[in-house]
Amino acid sequence: MDTLPQVNDEVIKQMGILPEEYEKIKTFLGREPNFNELSIYAVMWSEHCSYKNSIKWLKTLPKKGPHLLAEAGEENAGLVDLGDGLACAFKIESHNHPSALEPYQGAATGVGGINRDIFTMGARPIAQLNSLRFGKPDLERTKWLLKGVVKGIGDYGNAFGVPVLGGEVFFDECFNTNPLVNAMSVGVMKTGNTVSATSYGAGNPVFIVGSATGKDGIHGATFASEDITEASADKIPAVQVGDPFQEKLLLEATLEVIKTGAVIGMQDMGAAGITCSTSEMSAKGKHGMVIHLDKVPMRQKNMQPFEILLSESQERMLVVVEKGREIEVEEIFEKWDLNCVQIGEVIEGDILKYYFHGELVAEVPADSLVLGGGAPVYEREYREPTYFKEKDKFSIDQVPIPEDLKKVARFLIGHPNIASKKWVTDQYDTMVGTKNMTTNNPSDAGIVNLKGTQKALALSVDCNSRYVYADPMIGCAIAVSEAARNIVCAGGVPSAITNCLNFGNPYNPEVYWQFVNAIKGMSQACEKFQTPVTGGNVSFYNQASSGNKTEPVFPSPVIGMMGVLKDKSHQTGIGFRKEGDQIFLIGTSKNDINCSEYLYSYHGVKLSPPPYFDLDEEQQVQQVLYEAIVKGLVSSAHDVADGGLFTALFESARVFNKGFRIESDAGIRKDAFLFGEAQSRVVVSVSPEKEEEFAELMALSDVDFSLLGEVSGKEALVDGESFGSIKELMETSERVFPEMMGE
Amino acid sequence: MKFGVVVFPGSNCDHDMIYVLKKLMDQEVMALWHKEKDLQGCDFIILPGGFSYGDYLRSGAIARFSPIMEQVIAFAQKGGYVLGICNGFQILCEAHLLPGALLHNPNHRFMCHNAFIRCETDNALVTRTLSPGQVLKIPIAHGEGRYYAPEKTLRSLNDQDQVLFRYCDETGNLNPSHNPNNSEEYIAGICNENRNVFGMMPHPERAADPELGNTDGLLVFEGILNAMIKE
Repeated sequence: MDTLPQVNDEVIKQMGILPEEYEKIKTFLGREPNFNELSIYAVMWSEHCSYKNSIKWLKTLPKKGPHLLAEAGEENAGLVDLGDGLACAFKIESHNHPSALEPYQGAATGVGGINRDIFTMGARPIAQLNSLRFGKPDLERTKWLLKGVVKGIGDYGNAFGVPVLGGEVFFDECFNTNPLVNAMSVGVMKTGNTVSATSYGAGNPVFIVGSATGKDGIHGATFASEDITEASADKIPAVQVGDPFQEKLLLEATLEVIKTGAVIGMQDMGAAGITCSTSEMSAKGKHGMVIHLDKVPMRQKNMQPFEILLSESQERMLVVVEKGREIEVEEIFEKWDLNCVQIGEVIEGDILKYYFHGELVAEVPADSLVLGGGAPVYEREYREPTYFKEKDKFSIDQVPIPEDLKKVARFLIGHPNIASKKWVTDQYDTMVGTKNMTTNNPSDAGIVNLKGTQKALALSVDCNSRYVYADPMIGCAIAVSEAARNIVCAGGVPSAITNCLNFGNPYNPEVYWQFVNAIKGMSQACEKFQTPVTGGNVSFYNQASSGNKTEPVFPSPVIGMMGVLKDKSHQTGIGFRKEGDQIFLIGTSKNDINCSEYLYSYHGVKLSPPPYFDLDEEQQVQQVLYEAIVKGLVSSAHDVADGGLFTALFESARVFNKGFRIESDAGIRKDAFLFGEAQSRVVVSVSPEKEEEFAELMALSDVDFSLLGEVSGKEALVDGESFGSIKELMETSERVFPEMMGE
Repeated sequence: MKFGVVVFPGSNCDHDMIYVLKKLMDQEVMALWHKEKDLQGCDFIILPGGFSYGDYLRSGAIARFSPIMEQVIAFAQKGGYVLGICNGFQILCEAHLLPGALLHNPNHRFMCHNAFIRCETDNALVTRTLSPGQVLKIPIAHGEGRYYAPEKTLRSLNDQDQVLFRYCDETGNLNPSHNPNNSEEYIAGICNENRNVFGMMPHPERAADPELGNTDGLLVFEGILNAMIKE
């Protein structure tokens, strides 16, 4: 073995360890750490693994709910009881930094990692969603990133065999350098078959299974906890390479091994590889471990102990097995042609001892490494940014009403943030598994059939980063509300959320202020909808540095929500179905264009308050809508979101190519009526036979509703004026992405 | 009547296929592992969709050499019924049980959406319950689905009535904008000369469950069942 590099101030700094953290390490060890040990602390105490700058605030999020089987942080992913003996595991995670450098592999391994988090618990992944943000659409870099990320997600997920059921794609110049790539996976298992990420029982063997270990992804977790700079391209070895075929085999083998009952605990290897899985499992099970690093199957020669410890090679798991049952486990991995090698065993105490060819190369207490144990926890200072008050200077009166609103409508329908995402979604297998109930009946949420039961799952991922920037507390409450609204529109009841918190540098007090307020807004909304936070991921350092200037991205707390359709008959699509059906708006039209795509992109007003929002009103709208759906009174439901009412009407019309005829509201500006994004509004269509009962139900509630018009013809008619045929508008909308990509 | 669904490492539509046959059609189904050397008395073999062996070399190129495929090839050569869907179709072409090849889609992009296909003949087991000209809405999901064969082969496919399905628009017209992967002569599915080996790129098993709102694919399986029972 080569001699270890020296530990000195320069090395400590390079690894991102603060002087006070170094002192803490010395206290835990009672001595100076060697290079391997320092590397271990560096990754385990990185933001990515330790949540040291966020955990204080994350702990304030509502975590309790009536149907939770595992609370946030207890397991690899949150776990919700679905009834009928089924449980749902789901989680969202970011892969922003790898995707910024190598979009294809970055996105692919993001998908791989989040799926492993789900099946390592014993659940078979049944749906994926993703939330993507890129820079200005006309930049070559944006096109390169978009193309690579979409292909990466598709190639990995398609081969792995899990359908994509939903997602978002958003463009803004603040993401020019640093895109956001968040992937969510949802799995289902039989209640009680859960496997924990734990380790106990001295003498029990520890196996590494799956792919061989290489030098890829070393210090990936540390890299994810730094700003993206011009020098970042030098860090490409910190990006991992994915192999969906291995992952598919690992999935099948893992689920088969769990069935044997021989597994004590299991954890996938994501960030910080063997280091993270050995320490987190040991800390959780309050035991130690002896690991022989030279026994790890390697695909590169001359790997150093610290490289084996830190490698983020994909498609690997650490499995602790009941002693005496090794053969059962080995046979299953043999069947699937996967590595399965014993690399150590569980010991009493809480010390992790790593050996390399018989020599002890690192010795650390497991608990000192992990969140909730010895990992540092910081309170960061925060300060209201100057722009926050500035935004209130905006008034709708500063904006003239454009003469030609038809032109505005076309502009919005043709804007990449609103246009059809078919170019993207066509590249994903959305149907494998034959559980996608929205292929032939698109709805605001993705719906997964729970075969053999009355129920279905509803899934949505939402965040309007622009709203969150304008007001992090309100913006984040809106993100939760929109996710819930989508689930209710689809016929479901919101159950729980996972979140992916994408922010800039936490050491910047203004960024941290955005973070703190977003958490507060999320708490308020989650409490309102009784949707606890089951877990998620924090991604700081999303900003572009160039010279002395750093620009954080829009704060983007992406909310992944799951809900349940108590009966499949509640499934409600967005599409207008029948000529003559009456179109109603549930909620109130407002004289409000704040933060809308219309104001931001058409008028170029970049700073304004968030759109009108009232959490109580939101809840009432959702309640009465749910009642109407359960009673079978609505033929379609679609929430008014980005692009406003006109976009919502068009999206409902295009599904079955049905036109509409509506009248505007004389009491408010017509541009605000058509393109404003005031919240808590839903467009529903109601058949004439159900109209009376619907109106009665609405009248009994405290919620505003109004008749907009009816489903009619093949055109979009507003106040008797044609805004174009649905077919033509659809062509405009579908042309945007292919044209943007030069096809 | 016993169906056998071959499971290659990387198959990902095997569960879906088994679900349709077992749960929706109440048939006996065996999963046949790729390392096995016995078809276990199955009367009808299905090669499902997916990415067998990762499809890293070329779709289906490795799978044709697996132990189970030796048996499938022998079974087919003796007149046994074999249907390949998507990756299964690719494997059958690689194994030369069906003529032609499935090439990369234009733009080298994976595509997944509902497609319309037109039944071209009812003189095949899988189209027995359909009428020529009948249009079905069946999803496609593939990266390499562009059917290609030399002109001579195409001529012979037409002459021998071996084209089972062509891509078309909603009303059954052959229309370049509805030939999703630019296949030769819009070909979406074919059979061999002996009419016992079938291949198609679209996924009928994805359009079989009433709970998903489209049962056009069920007609294909009903055709198989009716015909087999009669035989």
